[in-house]
Amino acid sequence: MAGLRRIRAFPDGFGVKRRTGGRRSGAGVRIRPLYPEKTSVRLALSPTSPLTLREIVMKAKIIITPKKAVVDPQGKAVQNALEQMGYNGISAVHVGKYLEIDLSASDAENARRQLDEACHKFLSNPVIEEYRLELE
Amino acid sequence: MTFAVLQFPASNCDQDALHALRDVLGQSARYVWHKDTSLGETDAVVVPGGFSYGDYLRCGAIARFSPVMQAVQQFAANGGLVLGICNGFQVLCEAGLLPGALIRNRSLQFRCESVHLKSLTTDSPYTNQIPSDKVLRIPIAHGEGCYFADDETLDKLKAKNQILWQYCNAEGEVTEAANPNGSLLNIAGICNERRNVAGLMPHPERACEAILGSADGCLIFRSLIQALQNKVMSKAA
Repeated sequence: MAGLRRIRAFPDGFGVKRRTGGRRSGAGVRIRPLYPEKTSVRLALSPTSPLTLREIVMKAKIIITPKKAVVDPQGKAVQNALEQMGYNGISAVHVGKYLEIDLSASDAENARRQLDEACHKFLSNPVIEEYRLELE
Repeated sequence: MTFAVLQFPASNCDQDALHALRDVLGQSARYVWHKDTSLGETDAVVVPGGFSYGDYLRCGAIARFSPVMQAVQQFAANGGLVLGICNGFQVLCEAGLLPGALIRNRSLQFRCESVHLKSLTTDSPYTNQIPSDKVLRIPIAHGEGCYFADDETLDKLKAKNQILWQYCNAEGEVTEAANPNGSLLNIAGICNERRNVAGLMPHPERACEAILGSADGCLIFRSLIQALQNKVMSKAA
């Protein structure tokens, strides 16, 4: 089965669709963005890959946190609340975002590269945020 | 002059912008839908305030990839004048048309009030009609208006005279107390290096008539109109 199921961070119908059935061309996975012509993130097989290559079901976990230089009032507020509750020894709290992306692809390396690009271009803002991408 | 006012899902200041331009300032203005791939015949673009695409992921992050924004990118690359107000400012930063980013207000509160603004230069298409000692009174309404950029970017903004407006008190003094959201250097609005793209968090379109408490916002739009007229005249010459 080819295709991405859903990026959890988006509500239904927000640009990411479920694709059913494989593509005869064996073109692998395609994350359908809101506006495909501009933000296309393709997880495609290389032209030399055999069409029979089995697809691997994967889960991408993306953790986005504010950069250290950016003031994080949310983290500070949470830290203050924790201290008020009596939890001691907390030196800093940073509040970020967590995204899970379910996908299947035949080439894990390529999938990682494409997801990395999507993180840099869209899912995080490099001016204020850092991200960590895990693929399992 | 003809203005294009963009409309995204959940834009909510588009009508105010159109009203100010058309009914108060007597300009020609029309809406351009976010799915449109062309701006049509237009002299300037206003990216209005609101909560485009529900502000999901980050404010302006999804709107920047809309088809109409690709046309705006092109328009700006050709030197066209683009003004982003509030959410429009966030969209322009996300799109890379303006440097920096707008993050959660330092107070974590949504601030909805009138603020005072100091214009730092008359050398821009957005400030040329603002008397240099004039303190503008214009409303804000945002939860994510804290301007952030790294030190290098801030230095460049200062050196190139790109900071157009700072939050100040009624006397025109730039103080910490007058900063409603924690913006670095009290920045309320900036322009790009080429000076054709600008953004600000306050809402000039909501301050264009005395009945609304202030008509100071007109000065920003009049500057824009003046800049467009100068452009036409220099073309004709």
